[in-house]
Amino acid sequence: MTLDTTVDVAATPAEPGARRGIRPGRLGVHAFLMAVSLAFLAPLLLAVYASLRPYDETSKNGYLSLPKHLSFDYYKQAFSDSGMTKYFVNTMIIAIPGVILALFLASFVAFAVSRLRLKGGIVLLMLFTAGNLLPQQVIVTPLYVVFNKIPLPYWMSDSMTMFDSYWAVVLVQVGFQMGFCVFVLANFMRTLPTEILEAAIVDGAGVWTQYWRITLPLCRPAIAALATLQFTWMYNDFLWALVFMSDGDKLPITSALNNLRGQFFTDYNLLAAGSVIVALPTLVVFLLLQRHFIAGLTLGSSKG
Amino acid sequence: MSLTSARRAKRRGPRRFTRRDLVVLGVLLGIPILLDIAIVWGPTLASVVLSFTSWDGIGSIHWVGTQNYTNLFTNYPPFWPAVRHNLMWLGFLGLIATPFGLLLAVLIDRGVRFSRFYQSTIYMPVVLSLAIVGFIAQLIFSRDQGVLNAVLGNKDNPTDWLGDPNLNIWMILIAAAWRHTGYVMILYLAGLKAVDPTLKEAAAIDGANDRQTFFRVVFPTLRPVNVIVGVITVIESLRAFDIVYAVNHGRNGLEVLSVLVTDNIIGEASRIGFGSAIAVVLLAVSMGFVVTYLVQEIRGEKNR
Repeated sequence: MTLDTTVDVAATPAEPGARRGIRPGRLGVHAFLMAVSLAFLAPLLLAVYASLRPYDETSKNGYLSLPKHLSFDYYKQAFSDSGMTKYFVNTMIIAIPGVILALFLASFVAFAVSRLRLKGGIVLLMLFTAGNLLPQQVIVTPLYVVFNKIPLPYWMSDSMTMFDSYWAVVLVQVGFQMGFCVFVLANFMRTLPTEILEAAIVDGAGVWTQYWRITLPLCRPAIAALATLQFTWMYNDFLWALVFMSDGDKLPITSALNNLRGQFFTDYNLLAAGSVIVALPTLVVFLLLQRHFIAGLTLGSSKG
Repeated sequence: MSLTSARRAKRRGPRRFTRRDLVVLGVLLGIPILLDIAIVWGPTLASVVLSFTSWDGIGSIHWVGTQNYTNLFTNYPPFWPAVRHNLMWLGFLGLIATPFGLLLAVLIDRGVRFSRFYQSTIYMPVVLSLAIVGFIAQLIFSRDQGVLNAVLGNKDNPTDWLGDPNLNIWMILIAAAWRHTGYVMILYLAGLKAVDPTLKEAAAIDGANDRQTFFRVVFPTLRPVNVIVGVITVIESLRAFDIVYAVNHGRNGLEVLSVLVTDNIIGEASRIGFGSAIAVVLLAVSMGFVVTYLVQEIRGEKNR
């Protein structure tokens, strides 16, 4: 398997079928795929529909009734009452440094493992890859305890400890996600031609130059793909903030939605509006950067 | 000239580094390795150690040997249901969602029209957080206003899809499969694109029908993807957390191991030793799979 062919999954609808022409079975396949597609889309559409209708109406007639009123009131309410903006900002405070740090640190490890022929390179690769596959709950307890004991100055954390600070969540995101990034980038770097690197070595390029000026620029497609994927994962993360933060005001948006549920309680339509708002950024990222997104996943899976 | 000396350098084995190179390596490998140990492997080991104590997170640490494990297996009512639910998760994703994803990939890969649309809609749920999937599940499955009951028209005697402890786990599995199927489909699509088309042509010339071609020729070449999909399915099943937590905090029929860990360590009465023991059970099972996977990876590495 080569990477060039896997990266383009989203972009090129397969051609081999075209030459086969129309066959009777084809219609059945279309009907089946269309049905599945609609079934997969339906829950999302339902959430959007519910969010546009007043609660009284749905509670009387159910969600499957025709609308009398449609409005964006719930969206206004979700923003004004629950401070969604604040939670979005919290997410960015965690995800932006998280993605950058994870990619930077992981790319160097990947470079060292795949390009420098270090002794123990495989061990290093395994250490990171396996770490990413552990269940999160295994590392939660000790980290919870340790974070509670690490003091931080007030200007870094108003809780005065690592616990209940952005630092804790960013650090855990980076530490945990590095594993996946190392795995993907090492696979990618292995497919790069070695000649360029060898020529650079002969010209006296040091390790940093080989990494920063020669290898990294060639990895741009893989890095873009990974950044998209990592952003989505960090954005969607639920557990870390839930465990390592106690102050509701600091929560990132995904975890905050769960907190807001108490306020929304009976009003499922308001909850639906909240869910749509929270889902929107990742959906937009996906629709705009579909190629990158899928490339990120498949780069990690099909080995060169 | 330069190329031959570079080749010679390669043959000489490990390259020599200048002092500056060593500093760069030390810092840029050191930080990620330390972080990986501090965030992932250290806490994992610590969890194992803590699982043999009766620590509550505040007082002194008492050794209790295997008492936590004995209690867990014999005297903790939610444990076995949680194990059963995790296994059901694995079975459902592995035997239904994964093959379904493969089927969709095969159909889409045959190059039908609109394949881009099918692919995007089926894949879309993957970018949603499981927490949101949980909320959407509530819109559909809730007893009084859920869409499912409206579709079934059993208004007088509504089924409580998420409240009935014999039923709700299945609904959650369907919601989880909604997301898993698209993920698997994308991985297989990438794999299928990379299958050498001459293989299929050769099979067709030899008179194999579609089914034979797939099972005898194409499927065996997908082995690397199968391995990845298998690992993802197992890991996701063991990690299952967000969706049940979003629906009802993992109670009343939705117990899973990861929720039991979280329940025991956060909140007022933190039973860190006990929670760690549950985490270690989770760890032991997933490590079994991770090690098998890594052994294969290392073999692949040697053949490279």
